Amino acid sequence: MAPKLNVYVTEETVPGAGDGPLAGRSVGVKDNISTKGIRTTCGSRMLADYVPPYDATVVKRLTEAGATITGKTNMDEFGMGTTTETSAFGPTRNPVDPTRVPGGSSGGSAAAVAAGETDLALGSDTGGSVRCPAAFCGVVGIKPTYGLVSRYGLVAYANSLEQIGPLAPTVSEAAELLDVIAGPDERDATTRYDDREGHPAETATYADAADGDVDGLSIGVCTELVEGADDRVAERFEAAVDELVAQGAEAKEVSLPSVETAVQAYYVIATSEASSNLARFDGVRYGQSGGYDDNWNQAFADSRASFGPEVKRRILLGTFALSAGYQDRYYRKAQDARAWIRRDFDETFDEVDVVASPTMPVLPFELGESLSDPLTMYLADANTTPVNLANLPAVSVPAGRADGLPVGLQLVGPRFGEKTIIRAASAVDA
Amino acid sequence: MTDYAVDEDEVRHVAALARLGLAEGEAAEFAGQFADILEYFEALDEVPEVDAEPELTNVLRPDEVDEGLTQEEALQNAPETEDGRFKGPRVS
Repeated sequence: MAPKLNVYVTEETVPGAGDGPLAGRSVGVKDNISTKGIRTTCGSRMLADYVPPYDATVVKRLTEAGATITGKTNMDEFGMGTTTETSAFGPTRNPVDPTRVPGGSSGGSAAAVAAGETDLALGSDTGGSVRCPAAFCGVVGIKPTYGLVSRYGLVAYANSLEQIGPLAPTVSEAAELLDVIAGPDERDATTRYDDREGHPAETATYADAADGDVDGLSIGVCTELVEGADDRVAERFEAAVDELVAQGAEAKEVSLPSVETAVQAYYVIATSEASSNLARFDGVRYGQSGGYDDNWNQAFADSRASFGPEVKRRILLGTFALSAGYQDRYYRKAQDARAWIRRDFDETFDEVDVVASPTMPVLPFELGESLSDPLTMYLADANTTPVNLANLPAVSVPAGRADGLPVGLQLVGPRFGEKTIIRAASAVDA
Repeated sequence: MTDYAVDEDEVRHVAALARLGLAEGEAAEFAGQFADILEYFEALDEVPEVDAEPELTNVLRPDEVDEGLTQEEALQNAPETEDGRFKGPRVS
């Protein structure tokens, strides 16, 4: 018998309302996105019994569009991981090869779509958490531009980096889901464009962009992000780019030297933000109580002992990076790297329409392979983290298989250039 | 070893700052891992100074009274409550 994939933390159906654009479609929702009346654990023992009293904005949008929610999908604890193995509810397995990880942190969402347990799914992407599992499971994942989709009701890990994004079997289905979740929300100030020309999603229909027309599209192949990739991955990547060229696109090499410090900058910034965000878990308003007899500090520390090792590691790294004497060395330099990466991308988009790379530099890990060595796991985020640091949109689309395992092609676009990357990606999976 | 390697005592100090209870053996394990990770972070020393163009704009709106959570909803996830309030440990 096939081993259980363990895609859901909680399987519970919420029917959609009426016959909107997603009527008759099922959607799995990552378990860090709040669902009123359905527990939302973030893959953590800390929140094993937490039941949100309200819906996230994207959940409201889903049900109002007619979608049926199938359950809450498994994830790395608080989104911290690249394999979905740090979940307190056990690892999710990759449907393509159950001895392998599905990627993470939205591994449950990607595996659920790949296994056909749900039509579509939502994930969240802080440093690659939608694109990585999409690549590892052989499905499509989109990380929208920062500010395109409301994060109201998303349990925060690193606010300056994260976006909620769609996962689907095809580019056009992912784009349809993006059409439903994108838009302004007065409850997430990053989606407000009151003093500009309105929110970009108000005038865009992303599904219409999935027309496969890449005639004249210029693709920049990022040399730094191809050089670091496993040969088998690079081979599939190059074949996918060749296919786009055969359909009328032009490809040329582009160099973005700044992306070589993206993993470092990402882990400094994300852990710093996490150390602050996760301070809210004190076992008083929600979470595991640390008791009432000791003093406040001890009770707080006892409550937070229920975090898993990866979450503790990141809270400690972030606290360290922000502590007196180290802030200039780590946090300030990471912000410089972030600005440098952003500038490199801006300049590159003066020359090309999209930047291409393998989504992941490696094939899916075997279960347990990377758990004892956090740095190895962090390095796997080399190609995805630059996109979050630059606040840009990116899609991961299946680019065939190597040794029987899925490889993803990542296409990055300029700010709010979702239509461009969707159009290009739709030529790959057509 | 680098000049900013952390030892077990440093890990315990940072854990105390973060009010984070560690399990037996975790301080030693993390200290070893942080040595590798912080050494890797050294590449940030080579990053040029970049003028980040501020993209921030203030977006203001008038305050409006809106529906919020009820007291019952706000308390429903608390491990313990007392007289309609959150119950916390002693502050002193």
